[in-house]
Amino acid sequence: MKIVLQNLTQIFPSRNKKGEEVVAVNDFSYEVPDGKLVALLGPSGCGKSTTLYMISGLQKPTAGKIFFGDDDVTELSPENRGVGLVFQNYALYPHMTVKQNILFPLQNMKGKDRLTKEQMLERAYEAARLVQIDELMDRKPSELSGGQQQRVAIARALVKMPRVLLLDEPLSNLDARLRLQTREEIRRIQRETGITTVFVTHDQEEAMSISDMIVVMKAGVMQQSGKPQEVYDDPTNLFVAKFLGTPPINVFRGTVKDETLYIGEDAVMKVKGIADADVYVGIRPEGFIVDPNGTLHCKLTSVEVMGRDVSIVSKNDAMVSPTIRSIVDADTAIDTASETVTFSLKPHKVFLFSAETEERLYPEVE
Amino acid sequence: MKQDEKVTMQETATVAADTTDKSVRRVAVQQTIVKVTVQVLLYAFLIFMALIVLFPFYWMIISSLKSLEEYRLAVPTLWPRTILFKNYADAFVTAKLGRLFLNTLFVGVVSTLLSLVITVLSAFAFARLEFKGKNTLFAALLATMMIPGELFTITNYSTVSNFGWLNSYVVLIVPFLVSVFYIYLLRQNFMQIPNELYLAAKVDGTTDLKYLWKVMIPLALPTLISITILKMMGAWNSYIWPRLVANDDAHRLITNGLRNAFTDNSGNTNYPVQMAAVAIVSFPLFLVFVFLRKYIMKGVSRSGIKG
Amino acid sequence: MAKVGSAIKNFFVDKFWRTFCVKWVWQGFCVNQMYKKFDKWKAWLYLLPAIILLCIFTVWPIINTVRMAFLEGYSGLAAKGGATFSFGLGNFIKVIQYKRFLNCLKNTVLLCVLTVPISTFLALLIAVCLNSIKPLQKLLQTIFFLPYVTNSIAIGMVFAAMFNIVGTAHGTANQIITTAGIINNVIEFFGGTAINWINAGSSPAANITVMVIYIVWNALPFKILVLLGGLQSINKQYYDAAKIDSTPRRRIFSRITVPLLSPMLAYVVITGFIGGFKEYTSIVGIFGETMGPPDDAGRLNTMVGFIYDSLSTNSQGRASAAAIILFAIILVVTLINMQVSKKRVHY
Repeated sequence: MKIVLQNLTQIFPSRNKKGEEVVAVNDFSYEVPDGKLVALLGPSGCGKSTTLYMISGLQKPTAGKIFFGDDDVTELSPENRGVGLVFQNYALYPHMTVKQNILFPLQNMKGKDRLTKEQMLERAYEAARLVQIDELMDRKPSELSGGQQQRVAIARALVKMPRVLLLDEPLSNLDARLRLQTREEIRRIQRETGITTVFVTHDQEEAMSISDMIVVMKAGVMQQSGKPQEVYDDPTNLFVAKFLGTPPINVFRGTVKDETLYIGEDAVMKVKGIADADVYVGIRPEGFIVDPNGTLHCKLTSVEVMGRDVSIVSKNDAMVSPTIRSIVDADTAIDTASETVTFSLKPHKVFLFSAETEERLYPEVE
Repeated sequence: MKQDEKVTMQETATVAADTTDKSVRRVAVQQTIVKVTVQVLLYAFLIFMALIVLFPFYWMIISSLKSLEEYRLAVPTLWPRTILFKNYADAFVTAKLGRLFLNTLFVGVVSTLLSLVITVLSAFAFARLEFKGKNTLFAALLATMMIPGELFTITNYSTVSNFGWLNSYVVLIVPFLVSVFYIYLLRQNFMQIPNELYLAAKVDGTTDLKYLWKVMIPLALPTLISITILKMMGAWNSYIWPRLVANDDAHRLITNGLRNAFTDNSGNTNYPVQMAAVAIVSFPLFLVFVFLRKYIMKGVSRSGIKG
Repeated sequence: MAKVGSAIKNFFVDKFWRTFCVKWVWQGFCVNQMYKKFDKWKAWLYLLPAIILLCIFTVWPIINTVRMAFLEGYSGLAAKGGATFSFGLGNFIKVIQYKRFLNCLKNTVLLCVLTVPISTFLALLIAVCLNSIKPLQKLLQTIFFLPYVTNSIAIGMVFAAMFNIVGTAHGTANQIITTAGIINNVIEFFGGTAINWINAGSSPAANITVMVIYIVWNALPFKILVLLGGLQSINKQYYDAAKIDSTPRRRIFSRITVPLLSPMLAYVVITGFIGGFKEYTSIVGIFGETMGPPDDAGRLNTMVGFIYDSLSTNSQGRASAAAIILFAIILVVTLINMQVSKKRVHY
């Protein structure tokens, strides 16, 4: 089932005496397609968790509407929405065993939805098998590792077959290795169940790697949404460009003069149709080609060989990021003894942003 | 690209709004009704219980202001027809409250001060100093908290009479100066103060007592205030021991005086005057409650944590 | 000029290091060593006042009480006169055979068994309700704590006045029965019949009812305070999770609130029982030192009351035996409580 968010706004009354209100989410509109895995992505405090809580019903929006399918659920409280929510700290009931935790949502069902005891157990074990914890059913949460607790939390959210599954920073409490493994797991479970899933994360790699769609947020405002690769390849502003990608995008101060882009003294490329102005230039690490006849001159700092790729660290007076990191093929010939390195650029990996608004500037394509 | 998406989005949203299922709306209405009903019931119950809790205080005050005739009316008045403050003067005289007040105040202040000194010193020793048998001694002290006080009273009564302390202020003060519970409470608080502060003070050549006075006591002030209030309230409310050992006119404490001045419940009792006396005795406690509620609650709930 | 400057600078740096090394580090080290030796007896100096007082008023009584309890028929007065007493269990046997003691025991147990569950349940209900409202919460919380800071004898007298029938029984001949007391007035207002609660001729059941009401009223504030504190420390996410799972209110209460609150509940019940077994002053508050209605003194006497009665008739042996029995009962009940709560208290 699709989820439609329409002009969603959440304003919190001020906590201090000045009476300043906090706009956590501002006029947020988006449609989560049916059966897809969507990531809400942004730095902490950008309103992504608030958005998730509004979808779950735990928080009421100040304005705007939420639809599940065709149903307007804005006024419904969480118990009537039929969502599954996995909390950041899992919120497993500490006094119940894993089995009791998973059974708990089933035992709450009333009327025609009510299952018999055998059916409940069957469903609970089914959910447990899905997340591979059926061996641990009689343990208490305190006897489980973080990763196991997380699986229990997912099983508990899934067991009642929710219309929508919501995950709040599901991987933030896990260590690095477990995180990798668990995110694959979440992907698999979502594919197997086909439940429309929204998850919140501040880790762009996590979001890029498993979601069908990502929504990038900043200070309560949606910046961009789309398929991960599309957003990566075509960021609408400097914030999105900087937020996505590891290593991060390299940013330079530049100027456009007579439809030519200058970085420092170097005229790096033609930019047709852009008026003369100061700009930010974002170049993806993979957008550099080592080329003695290239246009961009940098001071070479170091070269790191990483198997398949080589990472070149260099400096330039016009750079905004601390260093310039470019990734090229391992068989590229680099003179490591040299003090300079010269690049030519792949045009589709170079993005221009207005220095004033930080919005993307699109040169005309010939 | 962004713009395109927004357009399609808005379209679907309008379609969705038009076809909103009636059942969803019904659920929404139902859920609001339930919510409101529950809130109304909660408040109704709480306010009802609060009135029950408050009623004795209300009855005490209005009764203390009535004349005896009005108090005995077949249909009681809920507010005195004529407010009779004379009852308070009568109560003060009948129960000799002045003397009782002074006695209690004296005993309360002296025993609180001495008790604080002893408690602070002991808590400091248990929290900061190292000596052989510290933990054993502390555990033994805690164990005595389990024994009901009556068990001590029997022997203490003969002890103080052997000392020749009966009917004196000393007997009301000395036997209860040490409270294991207060030592425990304060020690826990002292333990939370980082040890580095103490070591730094020692290296600077600060004496222990100066350190206690300048650092520990200011930091543990809330606990000390809680102890002071509880101890003062203890003196105000103590009944059994004073009745046993100092029940003469010169040394009697307020609670005893109050109960003994009006022991007759045959119906001849002048209830309004009695209630006035009770109100007078309760009044200082109310004052303490109004101004120092925070500390009392903290002290009491901390005792909750020790369980 | 520059030379002088550097000399001054050197002097200060040098001096600084000397001060640092000699005074702070070395002396600090010495002081530390000295203190360590000094500490051994200094600690006892700090503890001296407490230890002296504890020895006289806590340790000696424990020893002496046990001694007196096992000396048959021990009496302080007789001991002063030079009487000797034989060792034995006589005091305990006598105490247990005493009809009055059995009555005291019965009253104490009855009051405990009635008041602890009622007050705990009410306190839990009030605490949960308080925890789920927002406006007025602070005000109501304050009101519910009010009875804690009262003098239990004084407010007992107010309760007595409320339950009293004014102008009956022991009233003089020309006294006219005019009012049945405010509680009876309320009962009659709702169509009930007036009951003789505490006056002469009242029934034991009525007396106990009054005591239960008063003790519960008195016990509520502490319990509400502790339970509310416990409720407020429960992670709100459990309730969010329960909401998401459409848990009905009753189930949230029984499956989440109560289990998560169980350590606090156990604490409240245990302290309630301990307090209940030491019940005395609240009865004095309502019935006066007769410990019962005027025509049946001692009807509502309790264990503690029995100990004091024995003391005032100079039967220290009997008092000691009763005190030890009381201690034993409290110990057993506490142990049972702890055992039960170990099974029931979660995590």
